[in-house]
Amino acid sequence: MKATQAKRYAAEVKRKNRQQDQNTLKLISGTAEETNQKILKRIKPDLKFPVRSLSNVSYSKRSGYLEIGKQKKVRTLTVTTVKTFAQTLRMMSLSKDLIESNDFATKRDAYYQSKNWGDAGFQEQTESDTVMDDIEAMFSMYQVSREQLRFIPDEHGGAVAGQLIVYDPDIETGEVERIDCTRFGSGAYSIPSSVEHLSFETKAKFVLAIETGGMFQRLQSHKFWQKANCILVSMGGVPTRATRRFIRKLSEEAKIPVYAFVDCDPYGISNIYRTLKVGSGNAAHINQFFCVPNARYLGVTPQDIRDYKLPTHPLKEVDIKRAKDALKNDPFFQSQPAWTQAITHLVKMGVRAEQQALAKWGLNYVLEEYLPRKLKQTDRFLP
Amino acid sequence: MGGHKPKRKESPKSRSGDGSSRPPRSEARSNRAAKKKAPAAKRSLRVVKGESKQIELPLTAKERRKRSSLKLVSPQPSSTESVPKSPPRVSAETLATRQREISVSEFFTRNRHLLGFDNPQKSLLTTVKEAVDNSLDACEEAGILPEIAVSIHTLAEDRFRVAVQDNGPGIVRAQVPKIFAKLLYGSKFHTLKQSRGQQGIGISAAAMYGQLTTGKPVCIWSRTGKSKPAHHYEMHIDTRRNAPEVVKDETLSSWTLDHGTRVEIELAGIYKRGRRSVDDYIEQTAIANPHATIRYTPPTGEEVIYERATRQHPRETIAIKPHPHGVELGALIKMLKETDSRSLKSALQTDFSRISSKVADEILKKAGLKGESRPSRLSREEVERIYRAIPAVKIMAPPTNCLAPIGEETIVSALKKRIEADFYEAITRSPSVYRGIPFQVEVGAAYGGSMPAEELADVLRVANRVPLQYQASACAITKSVIGTDWRNYGLQQSRGALPTGPLLLFVHIASVWVPFTSESKEAIAHYPEILRELRLGLQEVGRKLGAHIRRRRRQAAETKKLAYIQKYIPQIGIALQDILALTDRERDKTVSVLTDTLERSRKI
Repeated sequence: MKATQAKRYAAEVKRKNRQQDQNTLKLISGTAEETNQKILKRIKPDLKFPVRSLSNVSYSKRSGYLEIGKQKKVRTLTVTTVKTFAQTLRMMSLSKDLIESNDFATKRDAYYQSKNWGDAGFQEQTESDTVMDDIEAMFSMYQVSREQLRFIPDEHGGAVAGQLIVYDPDIETGEVERIDCTRFGSGAYSIPSSVEHLSFETKAKFVLAIETGGMFQRLQSHKFWQKANCILVSMGGVPTRATRRFIRKLSEEAKIPVYAFVDCDPYGISNIYRTLKVGSGNAAHINQFFCVPNARYLGVTPQDIRDYKLPTHPLKEVDIKRAKDALKNDPFFQSQPAWTQAITHLVKMGVRAEQQALAKWGLNYVLEEYLPRKLKQTDRFLP
Repeated sequence: MGGHKPKRKESPKSRSGDGSSRPPRSEARSNRAAKKKAPAAKRSLRVVKGESKQIELPLTAKERRKRSSLKLVSPQPSSTESVPKSPPRVSAETLATRQREISVSEFFTRNRHLLGFDNPQKSLLTTVKEAVDNSLDACEEAGILPEIAVSIHTLAEDRFRVAVQDNGPGIVRAQVPKIFAKLLYGSKFHTLKQSRGQQGIGISAAAMYGQLTTGKPVCIWSRTGKSKPAHHYEMHIDTRRNAPEVVKDETLSSWTLDHGTRVEIELAGIYKRGRRSVDDYIEQTAIANPHATIRYTPPTGEEVIYERATRQHPRETIAIKPHPHGVELGALIKMLKETDSRSLKSALQTDFSRISSKVADEILKKAGLKGESRPSRLSREEVERIYRAIPAVKIMAPPTNCLAPIGEETIVSALKKRIEADFYEAITRSPSVYRGIPFQVEVGAAYGGSMPAEELADVLRVANRVPLQYQASACAITKSVIGTDWRNYGLQQSRGALPTGPLLLFVHIASVWVPFTSESKEAIAHYPEILRELRLGLQEVGRKLGAHIRRRRRQAAETKKLAYIQKYIPQIGIALQDILALTDRERDKTVSVLTDTLERSRKI
């Protein structure tokens, strides 16, 4: 990206952001105005939120993620709700201030900010988190994300290494930082908590999302990305919102597939992979932004346990419960016969295997044998 | 026991043989002779057997010595006596010289705890109580609104002079000595009528206690009318004869009251404040007798005046005849022996309540007796037949117009006058009957106010308008209060305890004969019918109290909610002002409109 190009890009981002901010501000003041008008007309004002529970979630193959349903929860301003109502409005007011001053606040920041609100202040952060989740859900109906409300998660994102250049524009100065993810030596690029303004340049063929930091470290230090021409992302367990959003944006902009490489156990499958691909069940209102519908499951598959004669551990009771729950209640797995079969197979075997179990055949077996062999048959990946 | 009953039916001859213990024993002395006596009583036969066994045992030297020494003492030595240490024999004649009538006064001198004089503190209370009871009864009978003055004057640390003065009808001169200085003398024992006193023991027992502890006579002033002279008496009780001994008898030309009586008794006692004190008793008496004005001068401190809460006289009580369902066989025999009626039928009709001619016929038919027979000539068996026939005949419940409840309104106004509370309620149950005796339960309650919230509820037990002080745990009232589940009515209550909370319960039992557990009249007996009425009365008041408590809680919650609204609505104003850039006036308008809207939606 040349300097002029970069400048134009930064300006473009700035314009887009401003537009988005204007939209968000309009939504906030619109809600406030409606509330105020109702009050003056002696009608009890109310706020509408989508119901956030698995019962109000469905999997749509077309959109590729868990969608929140149409059920709405109406919070009318009454004697019992007056406190939360006031807190919600004040939280929206805080969001407006943040947008106007082009700043942001983490959940914890917002909690401490509320200490200035006198009677409306929160006693515990859990209270402020709930109110924030409510506002987020409310605005998600207008395609506004929490990041756009300037509330950012405390959680840090995953690590990235490989054939990728990230452009990170500074909105204030118009300078654009060019980050080459091949040049971190034995380290890696860390995904920021907000990724909306980033843009990418890559010639990689795919993104490999890895469950454990240990496996990421092994592939990174042996520069597997060079050999396989790919981008490595460490998820570190269930991927954070930023990590999911980063992978989503990357795969959409670069038009490359995402392969997940996780442990073969119900947690790896139904928590890590499912959340990466279709989003989480209890925060479905944000899934439209925070999921990677074109992710596919490379391994470790139940079949791999047999094929590679991997050392195993028996499934624990919680594992079996989680697996059965996935089969019974999860709209995503239910819609995928291949997965239903694989999970049933795993439960029948009664064992689980970790990524690192491949080390049985030698420490570098995974990058010399397993992954190359797998990558030759991408069509056999689980959906 | 088993051997005793059939013997009663034997002829007097055989009974006398069994009744004296000596003849069979002397017979038993000879072993062979005893065996021949075939018809001897079972018991003596057994004795003989046992004795014969013992004889076969060789006597030790020690035993022999004992026996011989016994011979020296005993006038009638017996070789067969198995117990060596038998007391010296005393002849019946000797015993007879020692046997004599026990005077009631002497009996109660020794058993004064039965009358409530067990300790100095209680004695002081009982003395005041008996005098006040008498005064109130006298005023009521005469239809006078009582004005009673009670004063306790300290003579020494443990010696007091109690004076109780009333504006009653006074007592005619001839009666004064008997009423105050003879035990078991009175008008109330022989009639079934609701009154405070029952036995005619109280005031004379107090006088006797005073005499016993101080040696001082009881002093009486009495006047029966404005135009009549007043009398002043000083009397001792001759405990041996249970008769008054007048020390002073003078006629006074003038006295403070037109009519009334004043009693003064000097006694040993202890005055204490607090629970079960005289102070407590006077206050409770004022609640239970709202038509009376009581002036009370305690040993320490100022005169306290309890003004009457109502000028309404208690309903006049009338004496009733016993109801057949309550009568016992012995009483029935006695009544029929002593009746003035010539025929059995008319005896039944006139001496009992609720026996009509028809009912009498029915009883007689069931008993298989003729109505014309002379009641005094009936045999014991015949009377028993009547006794057995009575329960089989349907008889109307006894009349209840003999009862004078205090009344719901009066109880409430009395409670209001004496106790500071937020809630007052009283229930007068309709009359009921135990053992053929009519009674009526009343329950009052005062809740909240300045009463302590963390302590057990106070239970004011009252029988025929007399507050009961002692033996709360033995009383049917306490049992019923504890047995009621007050948690249903919004109060706290531990298992087997009184409820906790700012609550005073006033429980009154009115009856022509209140069944006390003892003569000191401290606790009411646990008759199932009484317990049932108490329970129902307490529950009825409890339900109303519960409704009140719930209402109060709701109000408190509403007030809290109101404060809550007022706390957070301004915050909504601030938020809307921030977002919409409202002016302060616009903001305040929003806040006031919203406050109004929300407050309107509550029923406060």
